Amino acid sequence: MSLSKPGFETHLRQAWADNNRKRIMEKPLTGHIREDKRPLTLKEYEKVGGYQSLKKILKGMTPQAVQTLVRESNLKGRGGAGFSTGMKWSFVPLDAPKPKYLIVNADEMEPGTFKDRLLLESTPHQLIEGMIVSAFAIQADQSFVFLRWAYKTAAGAITKAIQEAYEAGYLGKNILGSGFDLEMHLHTGVGRYMCGEETALLNSLEGKRAIPRAKPPFPQISGLFGRPTIVNNVETLCCIPHIINNGADWFQKLSLTNDAGTKLYGVSGKVKKPGLWELPMGTTMRELLEVHAGGMQDGLKFRGALPGGASTDFMVEEHLDVKMDYPSVAAVGSRLGTGTMIVLDDKTSVVGFVKNLIHFFAQESCGFCTPCREGLPWIEKVLHAIDQKVGKKGDIQMLENHTKLLGPGMTFCALAPGAMEPLQSALKYFRKDFEKYIKEQKEIKGVRTITA
Amino acid sequence: MPTLYIDNKPYDISSGKNLLETCLTLGFDLPYFCWHPALGSVGACRQCAVKIYKDESDTKGRIVMSCMEPLTNNQRISINDIESKEFREMVIAWLMTNHPHDCAVCDEGGSCHLQDMTVMTGHNYRDYRFTKRTHKNQYLGPFINHEMNRCIQCYRCVRFYKDYAGGNDLDVFASRSNVYFGRAEDGVLESEFSGNLSEVCPTGVFTDKTLKEHYTRKWDLTMAPSVCQHCSLGCNIIGGERYGELRMIANRYHGEVNGYFICDRGRFGYEFVNAETRIKQPLLNGQVVDRTKVLTEISKSLKRAKVIGIGSPRASLQSNFALKALVGEEHFYHGVSDNEHDLAELAIKILKDGPARTPSMKEVEKADAVFILGEDLTNTAPMLALAVRQAVKQQPMEEVAKANIPQWHDAASRELMQENKGPLFIATICTTKLDDVAEKTYHAAPDDIARLGFAVAHLIDPAVSDAGNLSNELNELAKQIADKLLNAKNPVIISGASCESRSVMKAAANIAWALHQKNKKAGLVLTMPECNSIGLAMMGGARLNAAFNAVLNGHADTVIVMENDLYRHGTAVLVDEFLKRCKTVIVLDHSTHATTKKSHFVIPAGTFAESDGIIVNNEGRAQRYFQIYESTDVIQESWRWLLSMGTNSGNARMSHWKNFEDITKAIAIDETLLNGVDTVSLSPEFRMAGGQRIPRAPHRYSGRTAMLANINVSEPKPPEDSDSPLSYTMEGSRELPPSSAIPFFWSPGWNSVQSVNKYQEEVGAGLRGGDPGLRLLEPPATTTAEYFSGVPEAFKQSAGHLLIVALHHIFGSDQLSAQSKSVVQRVPKPYVMISISDAKNLNVQEGGLLNFEVEKQAYSLPVQISAEMPIGVAGIPYGLTSRSELPAWGVLKK
Repeated sequence: MSLSKPGFETHLRQAWADNNRKRIMEKPLTGHIREDKRPLTLKEYEKVGGYQSLKKILKGMTPQAVQTLVRESNLKGRGGAGFSTGMKWSFVPLDAPKPKYLIVNADEMEPGTFKDRLLLESTPHQLIEGMIVSAFAIQADQSFVFLRWAYKTAAGAITKAIQEAYEAGYLGKNILGSGFDLEMHLHTGVGRYMCGEETALLNSLEGKRAIPRAKPPFPQISGLFGRPTIVNNVETLCCIPHIINNGADWFQKLSLTNDAGTKLYGVSGKVKKPGLWELPMGTTMRELLEVHAGGMQDGLKFRGALPGGASTDFMVEEHLDVKMDYPSVAAVGSRLGTGTMIVLDDKTSVVGFVKNLIHFFAQESCGFCTPCREGLPWIEKVLHAIDQKVGKKGDIQMLENHTKLLGPGMTFCALAPGAMEPLQSALKYFRKDFEKYIKEQKEIKGVRTITA
Repeated sequence: MPTLYIDNKPYDISSGKNLLETCLTLGFDLPYFCWHPALGSVGACRQCAVKIYKDESDTKGRIVMSCMEPLTNNQRISINDIESKEFREMVIAWLMTNHPHDCAVCDEGGSCHLQDMTVMTGHNYRDYRFTKRTHKNQYLGPFINHEMNRCIQCYRCVRFYKDYAGGNDLDVFASRSNVYFGRAEDGVLESEFSGNLSEVCPTGVFTDKTLKEHYTRKWDLTMAPSVCQHCSLGCNIIGGERYGELRMIANRYHGEVNGYFICDRGRFGYEFVNAETRIKQPLLNGQVVDRTKVLTEISKSLKRAKVIGIGSPRASLQSNFALKALVGEEHFYHGVSDNEHDLAELAIKILKDGPARTPSMKEVEKADAVFILGEDLTNTAPMLALAVRQAVKQQPMEEVAKANIPQWHDAASRELMQENKGPLFIATICTTKLDDVAEKTYHAAPDDIARLGFAVAHLIDPAVSDAGNLSNELNELAKQIADKLLNAKNPVIISGASCESRSVMKAAANIAWALHQKNKKAGLVLTMPECNSIGLAMMGGARLNAAFNAVLNGHADTVIVMENDLYRHGTAVLVDEFLKRCKTVIVLDHSTHATTKKSHFVIPAGTFAESDGIIVNNEGRAQRYFQIYESTDVIQESWRWLLSMGTNSGNARMSHWKNFEDITKAIAIDETLLNGVDTVSLSPEFRMAGGQRIPRAPHRYSGRTAMLANINVSEPKPPEDSDSPLSYTMEGSRELPPSSAIPFFWSPGWNSVQSVNKYQEEVGAGLRGGDPGLRLLEPPATTTAEYFSGVPEAFKQSAGHLLIVALHHIFGSDQLSAQSKSVVQRVPKPYVMISISDAKNLNVQEGGLLNFEVEKQAYSLPVQISAEMPIGVAGIPYGLTSRSELPAWGVLKK
C-alpha cells in the first residue's frame, strides 16, 4: 500500500479528521489530549479549537449572558459537592468594585483522585481558557491557579501555558482589544488536604493558616482578601469553553442522565486496568468496573467501592447498576464526589482499609475545631486496636456514635463529616468484619495490651 | 422587643447579640470556650451547641453553635435537648483525651473554666483508653508560666494576644491534634498585656508566674475591690491576700474603664507591697519606736513649729486632704515637679471649662479617628493604647456591617477587614508601639509636636492661631489629619503630661475644641503621670518649689512629706538643701527611698492593699479602693496617721473624723471640685439583706482556724472594718454585692473569672447597678473657653547642647511597680537615646558613654541610637535616672 496515492491519502486524512472531531465532540475535555500526554502548546491547542470561546464572548456576549448560558447548561461543580456552577457565580455582585478574584482549585488531594492531574498536565490551555471566560462572567480581574504542591509536572505546564497566553494577548490588560483585563498567577500549595476546602484555600492563599472560614459570609461576598471571589474545580472550568462553543443543549446531550456533560471517571484498587476515562455523565458503575477497568484482578472478588474519593460512602454489589451522576449516587446513600472510585476487594481488610483512610483524615485535620481535631485520632486509635485484634466490646458502638457526632453541622467544615462517610458505610455493609476482629481477640491467650 | 423561645418558653431579648450571649444574659448556664465577650465568636470549640428549630412544628431541629448564630425574632431553640446535651458532653470528652488531669497541682485548679464546663456538661466517665500526646513547655519570661499539655486549643490566647493586643510573638503552630500555642522559641513575651493570658486562657496553660512564687488557691485568698495605682487610668483590680502577703492582682471588670483586661504593670507591679523595702515600724532618727511614742514625739515637734505639708499624686484624696487639714491650706504643697503641677492644673482647666468631653476608655475603643499628641501610650497609659488599637477597627467595621456580617462574628469580620485600619495619627518624640497601626507618625521635639497640633486646629477652625512656616510635608500631614478628623463621627484627641509640654496639651485642646466648633463631638483624653494626679490637682495647693523656698527663706522649718520621694520630683541639689534646712522632717510612706533616709520621723503608711481611699483618674472619675487586708496595727493609711497627729495636736475638726466616711464627707463639703465624692463610697453602715456584710473571702476559704495555729491555737478574732461594709472573712452575704464593692467574681457553677457574666446587666455590658465611680469633670453646658494662643517657635538645635526629654517605660518609669521582683527583670538599664546624626556628630557609638549636665545635674549615660529620634534631642528614661525638670537643655561635656 502506497501512501503516496493522492486519493487515498486524502481519504485517510479525512477519516482521521472525522474520527478526531468525533472524539473531540464526545470527549470534549480529553479528546484532544496527545497520546504521549505532553501538554498541548498554544498553537496546538488553537488548532483543535482552542480559545474560540474566549473570542466568542469578547465579541458579543455580556457577562450575564455567559452566566445564563452556563446556568442553562446545568453544569455542576466537579470538585465533589455538585453545586450548580452558574448559580454559584450569580452570587457575585457584578457591580462590586475591583479587585475580584477567580480561583481554580487545583489542590487535588482527595485520596484515590487523579482526574484533574490529567487536565493540568496535558491540556493546561483548556483550563486557562475556561478561567478567562469564567473570570469574564463574574468580572474578576485577578485569577489564581491554586495547585497541589506535588503536581510538579503540572506546575511546569501551567507556568509555560500562562506565559504563552500572556504573549498571545489572552491575558493581561485589554484582552484582544476588548477592554477586559485579567491577571493570572500560579500558586503552589505546601501539601495540605485542608487547602482543597475553598475557604481554607483562601486563607492559605492569603498566607494564613489553612483553616476553613465560617459561611456565611460566602466567598462570593467576602472571599480572598475580603473581596468577592469564586473558587471552581479544574474539571468544572475546563467544561466552560465547550459550553460556550457548543451551547447548553449540546452539553446536556453529552450525558446519559439529567446531569449534563461528560465526567472524568477513575478507578483504582485491585482491578485489571486501573485508569481514568472521560465518559458520558451517568455511566454505570458496572460499565466502569467491567468494561473500562477490565474487571477485578484474578482471584479477587468485588466487595464495594468508594465512588468518588475517600470521603464518600461505600457502594456495594447491589449498586453496580447505579448511574454515576449526582442524584443517582445520592439516592443510594453516597456521593458522586470526584467520580474516581476506590475499589475494595475481598482479600483486603475492611478495618485496615478504613483505618488507613481515617489516619489520612486525622493527619490532615487543621486542628481548628474540637470534634475533628480530637475525634479523628481517637477513631483512628480504636480502629487500630480493632485491626490489631485488641478491640473492645464497646468499640463498634463508639465508632457508630462518632459517625454522628462528627457529622455535618457538628464540625466547623466538611472534613470530618467526609471522613465519617467511609466509616459509617463500612459499619453498615461490613459490620461483621469489625465484629469478627473484636471476637477473635478473645481467643488470643496472654496478650491483652492496650495499643495506641 | 424580639422574642426567643428557649425550650418552649418565650423570653424578651435585645437584638444585635448572638444566641450564646443572649442565653448567658438570660442566666442560662450554657458552656463555651472559644467565645469571649471582648474577642467575639469564631466557632472553634463547638462547646456551645444548642438545637434550633425552623418553627413550632419542627420537632427534629438541627444542632448549631449558639455563638455563631444570629438572633431572629420568634426563634425557637432548645438547650435541654438530649442530643445537644450529649454533644456538649462529648466535646468535653474530646478535649479531655489529652488533658493531663493534673488539677491537684495546677494553678488554675478551683478557678478553672475547663473544670466548670466539665462539671456543667456532666462528663464524668472517661472512655478514652489510649496514650496522650505531650508537649514541651516554654520559658515565657517573669510573668507567665506555660504548661502546654493542659491546652484545649480554644485559640483564645492567640486571638487576644495577636488580634486584640497586636502582639506578634505568640502564635499557633503545627496542625491536627498537635497544635501548639507558644512562641517560636523560648523567650520573654513581648506584649505589655501578656498577663491577660492568665485570665483569657480557660485552663492552666498560661498562668500568673508571680502567684506561683507564693501560690495560694484562689478560693483561699482574702480579696477586695481595688484600683490600680500604677498610672493615671484607674483600672479596676482585685487584690488577693493570704498570710499577710499580697499574692495576686486580677482584673476587676468595669464596663467603662478597663473592661476585661489590665496591663502587665498593673497586674505584676504589686510586689512592692511585699518587698524588703517596706517600712514596717515607726522610726525616730532611725530607731524603731512604738506608735504612742512616735505620735507623742511628733506632737512635740509640731508644737510651735512652722509646719508645711507636701502631698502626693500617688496618695488618696483622703490622705492628701488630711495632710492639708493638718498643716492648713496655705501650707499645703503638691509633691510634684512644678511642670507636672502646671500640667495637671491645665488639664483640669481644659476639661472643666472647655467644650470637649473626656471619654472613657470604652468610648475611646469606639472612636473612628484618633490623633495622639506627645504620648507614648503603651508606656504611659498602657490600657489606653489597647483601646486605641480597637479604635482603628471602627471604620473598617462599618464595611463589615454593610456586608451584613454581625459585629460579634470575629473571624468573618477580620477576613473582610483584612489589614484595613481607620485613621490614627501619632505625633511623638520617638517611636511608639502603636506606630504599627498608625496611618502616619511624626517624630519631633515637643514644640514641633505642638506646632503640628496648632496647624491641625487652625485648618479645622481658622480662628485658632496658625503655627505658620510649616514645611510642605508637615502642612500636608496637618491637612490629612484635619480632614480625617472632620470626616469622622467620633474623633478622639489624646495628649497628656508625659512629654511635659503645656503647648502640646494646649494644641490638643485646640483641636478638640475646633472640632466642636464644627459640630463634631470630639473627645479629648489627657493622661497624667500618677494615679491621683488629677485628684490632687483638684484640691488646690502650691507648687513644690514654693515649698522649698518656704523653708529656704525661713518661712517654715518643719515638713511633713506624705507618700512621696522628693528626689523623684525635684532636683537633687535642691532637695538636699531643703531637707538639710528643715528642723524636722516627717515622712509617711510605705517603702524606703532617698527621702525617708534623710528624715527624722518615718511613719509606716499602708500601701493601697492595706488602705481605703479614693483616687481620681485622668478621666476625672473618682474611684474607691478597699483595704484588702489589715497587716499590722502600726501600718495604717496615711490619712489615719494624720488624723491621730491632728487629734494629738488639738485640731478640733480632725478629731471629729473617726473613719473613712467622716473624712470623705468632709472632702465633699470642703472641696468644690470634689463635690459628691462621698457618694462614690458605700457607707460602712451599709448591709446586704439580712444585715450581712459583704465577705472578702469566698465561702470555700479554707484553713481559717488553723493557719495561725503554729503561733496560737486560739483563732484570733478577725479584724472589724469600720471603714466599709466588707467583712474580712468568708462570713457574710452570698448575694450579688453592689457594683462598687465586688471583692471577687463567683457564681454557683462558675468558679473561674468567667462568672463575671453573672454580674453584668447584659453580657459584655456594664455591671448590674451601673459601673462604679463618679465622673467629676464634665464640660459646662455653655462654654466660654477661648482657644489657646501662643504657638511655640519651631525647635532649633543648639550647638554644644541637646534638648533632654523624658522617655517613658511601662516597666521602670513608675516608682512602685518598678520595685516588684518580676517587673525588675523587665526594667531597662538607664540610657540616653540620640539620633543617628547626633551620634555621628558627637562621634559616639551605641553603648558608648555620653556626658552632659542639666541645670547642674551631671549625667553620664550609655548611648542608644535611634533613626527616629529628632536631631538635637536626647531622651532619657523617666524615673530611671536622676531627676531634672524636663524638657531642658543638656550641656554636653567631655
